[in-house]
Amino acid sequence: MARRVTPTRKAIVTLAAWAVGLIIFFPILWIIILSFKTEGDAIKAPLEVLSAPWTLESYATVNQRSDYPLHFMNSVVISLGSTLLGLLIAIPAAWSMAFVPGRRTKDVLMWMLSTKMMPSVGVLVPMYLLFRDTGLLDTRIGLVGVLTLINLPIIVWMLYTYFREIPGEILEAARMDGASLRSEILYVLTPMAVPGIASTLLLNVILAWNEAFWTLNLTAANAAPLTAFIASYSSPEGLFYAKLSAASTMAIAPILILGWFSQKQLVRGLTFGAVK
Amino acid sequence: MGKISLKNVNKTFGDVAVIPDINLEIEDGEFVVFVGPSGCGKSTLLRLIAGLEDTTAGLIQIDGLDATHLPPAKRGLAMVFQSYALYPHMSVRKNIGFPLKMAGVAPDEAARKIDNAARILNLTQYLDRRPGQLSGGQRQRVAIGRAIVREPKAFLFDEPLSNLDAALRVSMRQEITELHQTLKTTMIYVTHDQVEAMTMADKIVVLNAGTIEQVGSPLDLYHRPANLFVAGFIGSPKMNLITGTVAANHGAATVGIRPEHIDLDAGGPWTGTVGLSEHLGSDTFLRVDVDGVGQLTVRAKGEVAARHGDRVTLAPQAARLHRFGTDGKAL
Repeated sequence: MARRVTPTRKAIVTLAAWAVGLIIFFPILWIIILSFKTEGDAIKAPLEVLSAPWTLESYATVNQRSDYPLHFMNSVVISLGSTLLGLLIAIPAAWSMAFVPGRRTKDVLMWMLSTKMMPSVGVLVPMYLLFRDTGLLDTRIGLVGVLTLINLPIIVWMLYTYFREIPGEILEAARMDGASLRSEILYVLTPMAVPGIASTLLLNVILAWNEAFWTLNLTAANAAPLTAFIASYSSPEGLFYAKLSAASTMAIAPILILGWFSQKQLVRGLTFGAVK
Repeated sequence: MGKISLKNVNKTFGDVAVIPDINLEIEDGEFVVFVGPSGCGKSTLLRLIAGLEDTTAGLIQIDGLDATHLPPAKRGLAMVFQSYALYPHMSVRKNIGFPLKMAGVAPDEAARKIDNAARILNLTQYLDRRPGQLSGGQRQRVAIGRAIVREPKAFLFDEPLSNLDAALRVSMRQEITELHQTLKTTMIYVTHDQVEAMTMADKIVVLNAGTIEQVGSPLDLYHRPANLFVAGFIGSPKMNLITGTVAANHGAATVGIRPEHIDLDAGGPWTGTVGLSEHLGSDTFLRVDVDGVGQLTVRAKGEVAARHGDRVTLAPQAARLHRFGTDGKAL
């Protein structure tokens, strides 16, 4: 029997959903509000903050003090670069795991996932020394490399689940039709997996964009992405809420907009395979 | 040309011998049907011929040349899958043209071949559609079109009609048979449906548990089944198999009589009670509990007014009786 939905019930559920949504979104909303206040107003009690006059002062200061375009470009290069490089490695890897699994495929997948369970800080010192000795500290290429490695397990896992959904007979048909392995991946598998690849790409761009541990520890100025740009406004001069909020807003705005426009694709991508 | 020979081919998955040892000759231009119950190894055998599975041992020859270790594309065979296996992101035109593209055929020649295949299969008006916009029968025709353009040495069909509804299955069955008569290319067709096997094949290969039970023309198998398995598998409704004293009287362990070879005859030797009657109009199927013999199915021509509980007298046609020994083989 279908569940009955009375108007009252519907209203309550809608209200509850909005409440939960607001709670989740509140910190970001508050940051955005603070970014439009003066430094003095920003530390007042919440209600006074709301009634204080609006200003772009903090944005002007932040733009004067730091090179936002440089950090923005660094973020773009690092997140896109690491994701694309990751896809390049992960597509063939996921192909072989999904379509020609060996006896140890499941173990390899679990092992890849297990690397995500290790706290990053555990390998900070060796990584730092490696970067220092190879001259990769504070370079975009070094960060692209490390973020590729960090997110590779997730990329492989996501693609693996998408590829598993593709019927093997279609690939066999391609083989019968004379497709080489390269043609099979290029003309048949990849186009069919485009929705999956797209959501993997989106999710990993977002993860890489927001990644803060390695980007903070392995950069100083030249390759510093927006995460480092935000961090530069906390300590050691003390906390400047308005400027910190302005920097944060500027850092998260691009990814927020990207996420907004691609939310359908993202949700589809994240639930793909789980629903069917 | 499309002559295919299998010599001592066997296939094991782990410890399981799916196909213990098979020898088979398929002549050029023949329509061969592999038939058998689910899990009898018929699809595996087809996939071995296609090259989608590797043989564990044995030799596969195509036109006299060893093809055992050739990749599927190099064998010059085309396959039509049960799920059609069309490329969902390509138009019908691109689907049919895919093998030509892979073979590096010039675009204008490819276009000519695609148009030709589409014309043969009545697909011309659908060339720019995607597979998702086609009906089951049309999809199946696209899959066949994709096979035709390759001009293969042989076509391999893996239960191609089992996803279609009954009416469409009959018409597609006829289309494939006609296609065979037009192209005169070797076709190997896998099915579990013995009606498809009987109506389409030049030669039927009956498989059971990975071994060939019998090879022969449809009527050969119908009239002269080599053993109990073939006797029970070919023909619908199934042949009546009788053991006990009736069989012993004929000097056999089992005797078989097809439902259509038992007459309702007042002077017959068997009497029994009708358990069930099925009226098809053209025929009537009766299930009769015959005294001292057991349950028999009888196929009577036309409409017979026998109902549950009626007593009937039956006469088996003596010349149509099949005798089988204790080992199940025909005597």
